[in-house]
Parts: sequence; structure tokens; C-alpha cells
Amino acid sequence: MSQTKVAPKEVGKPAKNFDVGSWLVPVIAVLVAMSLAAILMRLQGSNPLTAYKSLFTTAFGSAAGIGATLGKSTPLVLSGLAVAVGLRAGLFNIGAQGQLLSGALAAAWAGVTFEGLPGYIHIPIALIVGAFFGSIVAGISGFLKAYRGVHEVITTIMLNSIVMGIADYLASHQLREPDQFLTRTSEIQASAKMPVYAHLPLGFFIAVALAGAIWWILGRTTSGFRIETVGRNRHAAWYAGISVKRTVISAMLISGAIAGLGGAVETLGITYRYAPAFNLGLGFDGITIALLGRVHPLGIIPGAILIGGMRAGAANMQFDSGVAPELVDLLMALILLLVTAPLITRFFKNSSNKSMTSGWGS
Amino acid sequence: MSALLEVTGVTKRYPGVVANDNVSLTVNAGEVVALLGENGAGKSTLLKAVFGLIKPDSGEIKIGGTPIVFGDTAGVISRGVGMVHQHFQLVPVMTVAENLILGDEPKRGIFINKKAAYDEIIALSKRYGLEVDPDAVIEDLPVGMQQRVEILKALRKDVKLLILDEPTAVLTPQEIDELLVVIRNLAKSGVGIVLITHKLHEVMAVADRVVVLRGGKLVGTTSPKETDEAGLAQMMVGRSVVLQVNRTEAKRGGVVLEVKALEVRDDRKILSVKGVDLQLHKGEILGVAGVEGNGQRELVEAICGMRHREAGSVLINGVATKDMHPHAVHEAGISHIPEDREKHGLVSNYTIADNLVLNQFDQAPFAKGWIRDLNEIAKNAIATVEKFDIRTPSAFNTAGSLSGGNKQKVVVARELSEELPVLVAAQPTRGVDVGSIEFIHNQLISARDKGAAVLLVSAELDEILSLSDRIAVMSDGKIVAIVDSKDADRNYIGRLMAGLDK
Ligand SMILES: Nc1ncnc2c1ncn2[C@@H]1O[C@H](COP(=O)(O)OP(=O)(O)OP(=O)(O)O)[C@@H](O)[C@H]1O
Ligand SMILES: [Mg+2]
Repeated sequence: MSQTKVAPKEVGKPAKNFDVGSWLVPVIAVLVAMSLAAILMRLQGSNPLTAYKSLFTTAFGSAAGIGATLGKSTPLVLSGLAVAVGLRAGLFNIGAQGQLLSGALAAAWAGVTFEGLPGYIHIPIALIVGAFFGSIVAGISGFLKAYRGVHEVITTIMLNSIVMGIADYLASHQLREPDQFLTRTSEIQASAKMPVYAHLPLGFFIAVALAGAIWWILGRTTSGFRIETVGRNRHAAWYAGISVKRTVISAMLISGAIAGLGGAVETLGITYRYAPAFNLGLGFDGITIALLGRVHPLGIIPGAILIGGMRAGAANMQFDSGVAPELVDLLMALILLLVTAPLITRFFKNSSNKSMTSGWGS
Repeated sequence: MSALLEVTGVTKRYPGVVANDNVSLTVNAGEVVALLGENGAGKSTLLKAVFGLIKPDSGEIKIGGTPIVFGDTAGVISRGVGMVHQHFQLVPVMTVAENLILGDEPKRGIFINKKAAYDEIIALSKRYGLEVDPDAVIEDLPVGMQQRVEILKALRKDVKLLILDEPTAVLTPQEIDELLVVIRNLAKSGVGIVLITHKLHEVMAVADRVVVLRGGKLVGTTSPKETDEAGLAQMMVGRSVVLQVNRTEAKRGGVVLEVKALEVRDDRKILSVKGVDLQLHKGEILGVAGVEGNGQRELVEAICGMRHREAGSVLINGVATKDMHPHAVHEAGISHIPEDREKHGLVSNYTIADNLVLNQFDQAPFAKGWIRDLNEIAKNAIATVEKFDIRTPSAFNTAGSLSGGNKQKVVVARELSEELPVLVAAQPTRGVDVGSIEFIHNQLISARDKGAAVLLVSAELDEILSLSDRIAVMSDGKIVAIVDSKDADRNYIGRLMAGLDK
């Protein structure tokens, strides 16, 4: 029993910092949610098979469909990633919505205001502006958490409302499209619109690359190790010389920047302008997606594609089967419910209990 | 009449380990059975199976002649079994009183009857001589106090079988003596008791029968009448263990660590280190002896930058160190084996490998600039696991899957392998088996011989006496005497600790 030997194959790939745990939970959650929704459709007199078939052929059955799906998935990958980065540091960033909105509006402003720039400069600038504003909004919560001990759930929720108010105000006053009845900004310059290559939106590849980068940073760099350690046991992190305050703030800044980028990508790639209520819910979907992807930076990608596909196919589904597109929201709610129960308990156990009860454990 | 507890052929496997291998054990009413074994031998696993916390792969467990359903803790409790866990099962944010009544609250109507609860707790703690403050919040309490709450919790319901998993690891010697009396009295009144401990003198004092596990297998049964401490150690480890430390004369050098007029407050903001001056020399072990709660913990934490220094300073080689900045203090040259390994020492869902570099993760060779060098981390892990005999199927398992003593070895290994000028060791052998104690002691001596200045704090007076070159006795927040180990005898130190001789 006293094996101290290590299988050679494990050498060189140690430090598996992610609980690769059971990926069965999210898969089962999705299947169970779909079955429950099917029962409801049946009771309502629709045929769930027709509905699902229509939903998924629209979303994944053609190149154009896949393009639309990936377009819808892009901001979802980013908002999921934003929530996941927060959770990694032990922070529940409920404010991805507000951060995303500010990113969307800021990108719209940059897209409208800067004139005469080539696309390869205009797009990055607008994306960075969006990320920057998302980052500022989340940074406020990070700062309050680190220096005032205010729980991030409270501040991020409050900031959601504040940001939404400010954004709507700006969109209906200073940034409003001139001589227009609708409350919305002008359309962004053509140079700020993100290109689509053979149905494949550029934004999606940016989002996936970012997810990969975050995965690498968390697993392989010292900064990632700081974030992970603070998330798992902040007492040990402090003892090990990691500044918990600084780590909390930087994790929130990163999380907010990603969410802001999500909003920017939505503006520059899909809506081409900011209008209140355009992006409603994207940030909250991020919570579901982060948990569905088991808080793994790469795990959120399939989750986001699934949800994005459903959103892309919903309208056609109504046409084919009469099932209202709100079915997708119902599915999301069910999935969230099924997937969180076990995950939330684990999260709180890891972030607080583990570090607070002490004993001689075994 | 059937035995109170009958374990037959229990086997429990974890990936890569057989934690229990066909183990059988009986405990009769009124009997104290000590369960001995090295760290990772499978003691906790066996008793967790009895208590219904884990499901064995095969075998049978009977309580009072009737088999239990594996994994049915509630059923086991209802049959009169109480357990004190090695890993505390307390709710950290609740008070002592709330924790004690949790699950079976005295009620008036639908409300909790606070008065009745308090009376009951006071009576309970009087009856067993384990004093607690009902209003204190668990997470603010030192581990020793938490342990008392655990024990009281197990004793609250009238138990027929009491399982104690290393209850004495974090208690003071006085508390241990009291607990041993409680155990004897319970046994006299017919309660069957299973006790896990690594302190062999406790076994000699209290056990009727001793059962030894090694590598998951039952390797023998004996009793204190048939053997002695050395015999027990031999049975556990499978070789003879030198219980006496071999220590050469220290080659003392100049002062490395200097503590000047240090004042520190405890968690309740009460001044608990009241102006301490201390000089620690290169190449010596300075032991700090004292009854728990006389400021040793706060002293260590303040030196290591983990607790605010109200007044005074801590210098390394004449340079003042930063207050409340463990990392800066570490950089300045202090390694620290923290007292509370679960809270500060380990990240339990990190791999053993990551835990072994926890406070050097951003330094060469474990990081090259921004990027962590996973190969170096792996090499270090494999070598350290080997050297410190950390019992695990792989260095890349999580630290949380280790047995209690092996967790301690991870922390000790990490701090000792750095070879910094100063080593502050707080309770370095807590929960560690005799074989590993011998090893850790030798490592501390060899760190000293290589020129480290070692500050040793331990609740075990014997550990202090056998390792230290000089002994500082702490009482009521002050160093009341510094005694050369040649002139130190147990009685004299004990009187100083109690604040009698000044
Ligand atoms: N949850 C788990 N997952 C994997 N392995 C485990 C788990 N729990 C225990 N083990 C392994 O089972 C073995 C027995 O562990 P156990 O905790 O029973 O030891 P112990 O005798 O109580 O040791 P100690 O004296 O250090 O407390 C060890 O090798 C340990 O690594
Ligand atoms: Mg144990």
C-alpha cells in the first residue's frame, strides 16, 4: 500500500488544477431538461419531436444555420467565460449582464464615433473600448469586495441596475440616433462591423481563442495559480504570499473585461448598434453556461453552442411546430436548476467550508 | 451475549490503494480498544465505515448483533454510536451552543429553548470537565477548543459505542489527562470505546486491548500488559523505532532572529503576548514551552507575519521584517510550519505536487518568469514524496485524499526542503505516527546542524525537552525563563509553565 511510485506517464503533466470531475452531470441535466420540456409540449398539444427536430436542423443542419448558431453563441461563450473566471477566484459575478451592457454600449459609441479608420484598426479599438468599460464596472465590485468586504453578489446585482439605467439614459440622450423615434444609437461605421467568413463569424474565433488563453493562463501561469489558490483556500493563499485583495480585484477586472468584450462582439457582429433590451439576458445566460461547462474555460464552449443553437433555431421551430420560442428560456431555466444544485453546494463547500473548518482531516 | 461491535472481513479500496484489506475487529461493552497504525494504515477509513460514513466494498459490520446498512449514518447513530472525527464536523459560522444542539434541539413549542440548551451544555461540560464558552463562534476558536466541542457533541447523546479518531492530537496535556479519565469512567459504565491515537503512552494508560493495522491489514492484537511502548511502535511500523532523540551538542552561531518587546493581541483582541524579547541563534533549537493559550500561538503568528504586531519588532540578521505580510517574512528567510494545516498549510483540492510548492510557486525553478514549470514541480513532488515517505498512490492525487498524518508530512516537507536561515515549527508532529515523528525530529536536528535557527513550539513537553538546546518558558504572555536544556528537568519546567516559580 505504501506506493510512492508514480506512473511515468504522469510525469510532466502534473498539477491538474481543474476538477475534471463528472461531466455526466451537465449532460444528464440537458437531457432531463429536454424530456421535461417535451412533456410540457405534449400537454400543450404540440409534438415535441417535430419541435426538437426543427430546432436542431435549423441550428445545425446547414452552413448558414451553423453560422447563425455560432453568431448567437459568441457573446454566450464570453459571458460564460466571464462568470467562470470569477468562480475560479471564488467570486460569484452575477453582474456579467451589466458589464456586458456597458461593453455593448461603449463599443457602439466607438463604432459610431471613430471615422475613417480601416477595419483592422477600428474593430480592435471598439473591442478594447468595450472590454475596458466592462472591466471598470466589475472592478468596482472587486474593489469593494477587497477593501470594504462587501459581498460581490450584492454589488454586482446593484451595478446591473445602475449600469442599465445609465446605458438607457445615454442611448436615449447623448448617444441617441439623431432624428429618430426609436431609442437607440446610430448604426456603427461599416469599418467597425466584424466580418463573417463563409458564414463563420470572426467574433466566435476570438471568443474561442480567449477561452483557450484563459484555460492556459489558469493552468500554467503564476497569475492563474494565484487566482485558483485564492478561489480554493484564501487563508492558504495569504499564507503562501498571495495578495488576496489584489487577486480578487484582478480576477474581477478580467471577468468584467471578458463580459464587456461579449457585449462589444454582440454590437459589432450582430446588432450593429446599441438599443436598450437588445442584449437582455445574455449576461445571465452566462451563469447557466459557466455552470453547465463545469466552470471550465473550455467546457463552456459546447454549453454556449448548445444554447446559442437553440436561440438561433427557436423562431423556425415556432413556424414548424407552433411551440413558442420561449421554450428555449424554459429549457435554460430547467438546465440551470438541474445543473446548479450539485455544483453550487460544491462551490460553497470549496470556497468557504473547506478553509474554515479545521481539523486533522483524512 | 453478542459483542457490541463486530467487524468482519471489511475491505475498502480507493484508486490505487487498499485502505482496508479484509479487516475484522470486535469491541465488547465496557472495553477500551486502541486502534494503532502508521499514517495511512486505514484507521480512519475503518471507523468511518463503522459509523456509516463510507461504504466498504465488502465485509460485514454488526452493532449489538444486527448488521448495519452500509452508508446509513442516521441508522448507526440511532443505535447508540457516537463518533469524534479526525476532521471536525462543526459548522464554522455557528456558535458552540448551536453546534452542540444541532440536529436535536431542546424545544419549547416550535422554538428552540435557549435556556434549556444552555443549562444542558453547562451541565455537560461540568460533568466531563471539558470547559467551553457556549457563545463563542466556532471559526474563531483554536483547534484544541473545537476538539472539545466535538467530544462534547459525541457525548451529549447517551452512547453505547464511542469512536474517537485522534481526539488528543490537538488537546493540551491536562485536557488529555481529563479525557482519559472520562474514557475510563465511560468504559466502567459499560460503554465500548474505540480510540485512535499516535501517542503510545495514552494507549498504555487507557486501553484494554490494542489492535494494530498496517497497510490496511490487521497485523496483530495485544494489550498494554503484554508489551510496552517500544513493542507497540515495532508492531505498527514493522521495525524498531528509536523513541529517544539522538542529539549532539549544538554549534551555536550568532543571533539570526531577534524579537524585541513584541506585543500581540489574540482573536478576541485581548493582549496575549505582553512584551516578549527573544534571540534565536544560528545552529540552535529554541523550544517554547507553555500551557496552551499563554500566547505561544500569537507569538508564532506575529513572528511569521500572520498576525498584527501591536508593538515591538522582529528582525532577521538585524533587518526588521514587515508586519502582517507572510510572504515578505518568508522572503526575509523564515520557513513556517503552521499550526493549523487545514486552514493555512494546504489547499486540499490541489495536487500534492502543487501543495509542495505552495509558497514558492512563483520562484525558480518552479516558475520561469510568468510560466510555471510543471516538469520541475513534478520532479520535486516525486522526490519529496519519496524522501518524506508520504503514503499516496501518486504525487498528483489531491492533498485532500491523504490521511491526516500524511497531510502533515506534506506541510513539513515543503517547509524543511527550502533550507532558509530560520525555521519556525509550530506543532510539527501533530497527528503523525511514531516512525514519522522519529524522521521529522531527525530532520529538525539536521536542519539545525546545517546552521538553521529553529524555533520550536509544541504542546508536547517531551518533544520540547528532547529536541531543544534552550527552552523558553511562556506563561501569561511573557517569557518567564530561558533554561539551558542541560539544566531542564520536567518538573522544573512544569512549575515554570504553571507560573509558580518565577
Ligand atoms: N477519499 C479518499 N480518496 C482516495 N484515497 C483515500 C481517501 N481517503 C483515504 N484514502 C487513502 O486511504 C488510505 C487510508 O487512509 P486513512 O485516512 O484511513 O488513514 P489513517 O490510518 O487514518 O491515517 P492517519 O493516522 O494519518 O490519520 C490512505 O492511503 C489514504 O490516502
Ligand atoms: Mg486518520
